Order: sequence, then structure tokens, then C-alpha cells
Amino acid sequence: MTITRTTLAVLGAVAGTLLFAGQSQAADCEDLVLGSAISLTGKYATNGVHAQNGYEFAIKKIDEAGGVQIGDKCYNFKVTYYDDESKGDRGATLAERLISQDKVQYMLGPYSSGLTKAIAPVTEKYKIPMVEAEGASRSLFNKGYKYLFAVLSTSEQYLASAITLAAEQAEKEGKSAADVKVAVAVENDPFSLDIRAGVLEDAEKLGMQIVIDEKLPRDLSDMSSILTKVKLLKPDVLIVSGHSKGAATAVRQIGEMQISVPMVAITHCEAADVTGNFGEFANDILCSTQWAETLTYEDELFGSAANYDTEFKAAYPEYADKTVPYQVAQASAAVYVFADAFERAGTLDKEAVRDAIAETELSTFYGDIKFSEFGNNIAKPMVLRQIQDGKYNVVAPSAFASHELNWPRK
Amino acid sequence: MEQILGNLGLLLEFPVVNLKIIIDGVMIGALFALAAYGLAMVWGVMNVKNLAQGDFVIAGGYIAWWLAGLGVPALLGVPLAFVVMWVIGWVIYKLVITRVIERDLFTSLLATFGIAIMMAQLLNLMFGSDTQSVNLGYETLFFFDGFVDVPIAKLIGVCMAAVLATCVIVFMKYSRMGQAIRATSQDARAARVLGIDTEKVYAFTFSLNAAICGAAGAIIVMVWVIQPFYGITYAIRAFVIVTAAGLGNLPGVIAAGLGIGALEQYGSHIFGIGYQQAIAVLLLLLVLVFRMIQQRRSRQVLK
Repeated sequence: MTITRTTLAVLGAVAGTLLFAGQSQAADCEDLVLGSAISLTGKYATNGVHAQNGYEFAIKKIDEAGGVQIGDKCYNFKVTYYDDESKGDRGATLAERLISQDKVQYMLGPYSSGLTKAIAPVTEKYKIPMVEAEGASRSLFNKGYKYLFAVLSTSEQYLASAITLAAEQAEKEGKSAADVKVAVAVENDPFSLDIRAGVLEDAEKLGMQIVIDEKLPRDLSDMSSILTKVKLLKPDVLIVSGHSKGAATAVRQIGEMQISVPMVAITHCEAADVTGNFGEFANDILCSTQWAETLTYEDELFGSAANYDTEFKAAYPEYADKTVPYQVAQASAAVYVFADAFERAGTLDKEAVRDAIAETELSTFYGDIKFSEFGNNIAKPMVLRQIQDGKYNVVAPSAFASHELNWPRK
Repeated sequence: MEQILGNLGLLLEFPVVNLKIIIDGVMIGALFALAAYGLAMVWGVMNVKNLAQGDFVIAGGYIAWWLAGLGVPALLGVPLAFVVMWVIGWVIYKLVITRVIERDLFTSLLATFGIAIMMAQLLNLMFGSDTQSVNLGYETLFFFDGFVDVPIAKLIGVCMAAVLATCVIVFMKYSRMGQAIRATSQDARAARVLGIDTEKVYAFTFSLNAAICGAAGAIIVMVWVIQPFYGITYAIRAFVIVTAAGLGNLPGVIAAGLGIGALEQYGSHIFGIGYQQAIAVLLLLLVLVFRMIQQRRSRQVLK
């Protein structure tokens, strides 16, 4: 018995040494454990894995750069993951477990607004700072949460920039923004309704007329009745948001019915693969995105957005022949925010870290990050890309744009 | 309310839009009618109310989409989906349906409901939850200053649906098996006494239904879009149509299918597209109320 125990202990020590020897750099750094319940199975699995890869890539980069310096000690991030199976109740249970059993003091977010909504009350109860990268619903940021921070732009901004762009175009044409007619068709779910709220708010501010304002059904496969109205009422901007089915149906039927609206802006272009599925039907359509690798953002750790793209693809070859989804980039940015906040706080005290996160003012490859008092990032604009000859080119905001806007759409 | 009046105004201001709505409605209605006919057949012959009807449609769509991805010409997807779904239908019959056919209504409802959930989840696991469609790349025909548009792909789809329906009707009327199916639906016991192998008839009927649905799905994926969880839309329409038209009434099924398509399009134009499905269910309710009032007790059989 004793022998076995001793043997085990020796073996354990050897294994431990080997493990530490395996970490080429910063081997003297201690582990700093973050927790995350994330969707590795279930309906959000694809994007959950994207987020996890983004976290892990950032952690690796930080290790290689010498770890996180907190006071005079150095730390390496290590994340305890649990699979929430894409279910809210499971997510909340796992967050409890991470905090009360595993004694995790800091959390990275799950995937999707729904899961974030389920977990936030738990982290709030235990006063655990959580930096999340994948929950965009604005309802997350009107509950007065103090420990929740999000690096991404909130959902009401997704297509609001299209309204600004339409106003700019109208002025270029010598018309006023109030002449612009807007048609809105969004799905009847919290995320799409946020988008609608953002669009309507901005359009009304500019005095634009809303000529169509319809809700799409959950199982949409035909929106010709809306497009017929578009033909009759001739709006200048058409906004459609209904996840990938909305994007696919809109692009397909706009093409088939030859709807000519000067500006069409939609969400979920990539998820619906509108360029691959519908070819030239998709041309000149505007798609919103949180991030694109062609943007001119940069930082010290990851370099430029383009550099992030290259290095990430080298580390994760399975992404080699597709564009790196923004879900990955923003997950990395969340880890970066933690690293920055720890270094500025100079302590592991979670209240001090929370305050340091709240004071973040960071320029990153993903965009600028500065949190409002509600925890959402107010420094990063939403990006609009236009599909030009089958390629996604950034056209707005103009300061970071790589291409000119094609207007009007034929 | 203001919006509803505005929409009604548009219909009066541009009368040609009515034509466009009716054409669109008839086109989608033709596919509803196909799924409904299959449902009526299984219902009438086996007294099984197949809740998985819509999922058969979607599965057929995924088969055609998957084949198109492999480089098979898209139009060939329709007969291929027919064949593959025939086999799947037969397997499902042998595994599940044959065991519940003699049981009461709820057993078969539960069984087919289970099949529906299983199929949707399987499709989700195999192909992912994103929407898919096959783009034939045909032009669109325009009439009346471009107000009425008829994509050629849709036209082809509707023609294929019509051909399929005609073939099934002719088959049911003149072939030996068609006669056996009709005999079984009239009186299964008498059919057995007269030497008809009803077990075989049941298996054939169920497979044929799955195949018809599969072909309808393959047409749908060429004209609209599909997603693993869209089955319920088609199942609901099929039930509404069959309830409205009655089991033995084939022209009725077709007319009800086309009518429900057109009415839905009108409804979604006037009340907003969000109410499209609500309109289908409302119609079902109206039909049921009407039937209750009618109190028809005449026995119905598949003709």
C-alpha cells in the first residue's frame, strides 16, 4: 500500500515536471484560472467552438508573450470549461458549479445572448467579473449588472449604420435625409427586434419615413408578399434580419423578383452563405459584421487584424480555407481585456479587477474597447461590408473602410 | 390597423397585384396539395394520421440538396428524392407503423410525432441548422410592367408537381396495386377476404406517401428554402387541407391546397407576413366549425 502510494507520488511528480517542461516559455508563471460554461454540443455548438478557439488562441499568445504580470509575479491563464449543451438552465447550473465548487473567481462568457442572460444573474450574485464576447442583446445591458462586460457591439447597432450610410448618400445626391424611405422586415425574436429598434430609432432621429415595418415568421421560406410591397412603395433602404433563413430567403427572392432598392442591408450573410448559394443575386447587398480581417485596427499583442487572421489560421488549420468568423476574434479580445485589467489592477482581488475592467480603454485588433456604465462596449462601431463581385468588402464606417460603396444597387 | 388599411389600399390601387398574389399562392399551394394528398392516402387507407408528413417533405429536400452538392443535376434530385424517400418510408413502416396500425388513434399519433422529432433532429445533426436551398440559376419571367414575376424555377417546380400528381392519380385508378389500395381503404377486412395482402398494401401506401413528400421537398428546395425544423409548416398545411377537403376527395384536396396557398398570400399581404401561419390555423378552425355545423355523417373513402 505504502509502496503504491510512493510510486504514485513519484510518478505524479515526474509527470508534473514533464508537463512543466513541456511549456517552453514562462514555465515559472503560476496558473490563473478563469471559468466558462460554453456550448460545445447542441444547436450553438459551431459558434461555441469558435468562441472556445478564440479564447484558447489568445491565452496561447499571452503565454508566449511572457504571461500576465500582476505585481511582481507572472501568471498564465487557464480556463475551466463546461459544456452547457446550448441550454440556458444548464448554463446557469454550471456557472454556480464553477463559482461555488471550483472556486473560479473570474468568468469568460458563454455563446449567445440567451446563455449570457441565463448566466449573468449567477455571476452577479457572487460578484464575479465576467467578460463576455458573444452576447449582443441590449437587454443584457439595462438590468444594472455591475460585473458583466461585453466587448462586442450590442445588437441594436447591427444595421443602424446602414441608416447613417443612407443618409450620407442622400445628402451626396443633394436630397435631405428626411426624403429617405425605409422598409424594415425583421423576425419576431429578441435579437432581430433589437436590430429593428436600433434602425427605427436612428431613422426617426433623421426624420426618415418608415414605409414598411413587418415581422417575419419563425419558419420563413417565402417573403414575396413583402417584396411585392417593396416594388409598389419603392423604399430607398430595405433592412432584413431573420438569422440565416431571413438572409437566404431575402437574397434569393430579391434576385428572382428583381427588386431594385438602392440599398439593401441584411444580417447573417456568412451563415446563409449567400455568395456561395445565390451568386450574383447577392451583389451589392450590405452585410453587418462585428469585425473583419481587413480592418485597420491593431494592438501590441496580436498585431493588426490581418495578422491575427494569419496567425490564427496557422494555429488552427481547420479554418485555413474560410474567413475567420468574428465570433473567434471577439472571444480573443475578451481574454485580452482580462489580461489588460489584471495588469492594471496589480492584484488578484476581484473587486479591484472589476474596477480595472470598468476603466478599460484599449485599442485592439478587434477594435477599440471602452465600457459604458452598463458594461457594453461603446467604442467599437459595427462594420458594414458590401458584397462586391462575390467578395465581402468593408464600406462603412468610412474611417476604416477598404472599399467604396456601390450605390445605388441595380 | 393603419397598416392593414394601407395594405388594402395598395390592393385597390394596383389591381394587378391581386393577380401576382394569386399566382404566388397557387404555386405554393400546389406543393401543399401534394403533401396533403399523401396524408389523405395514409389517413384513408391505414387510419394513421401521420404527424411526420412535413418532416418527410424536408428530408426529401435535404436529399435533393445533398445530391446537388455532389454534382447531380438539380432537376434529377426530384426523382431521386422520390426513390430514396420510398425506401426510408418503407423502413419506417416496417420498424414503427406496422406495430401501431391496429392500435388506437393516440398510439399512432404519438408514434408519428416521435418520428417527426427524430427526423428533424437527425437532419439537424447531419446537415446543420442553417437554411439551405438549391439555385437553378434560371431567369424570371415578368408580366404587367414587372409587377407579376414568375421565376422559371418555380414554374418548373409547379409543372413537376402537376406531373407527379397526375401519375399518382392514374396509378391509383388503373393499376392493380392502386385498386388494391382503394379496396383496402374501403374495407380492409373485406379486402383481406378477397385475397388482398393488406400488409403489403399498407407498406406500399406508406412508402408511396413518403416518396410523394420527398419529391415535393425536392421541388421546394429548388424554389424556396429549407431548414431541419421547417417540417411543421408543411404538416400543418397538409392537415388543414385534408380536414377541409375530406379524405376521399382528390379534386377537393387539390382545390383546397391551391385555395389555402392563395388565401395565405392574401392574409400575409394584408395583415403582415408574421400572421401567415396563423391564417392557416384560423382556416382550420373555421373549417372544423363549419363541419361541426354541417354534422355530416356520411362515410368517406378514398376514390
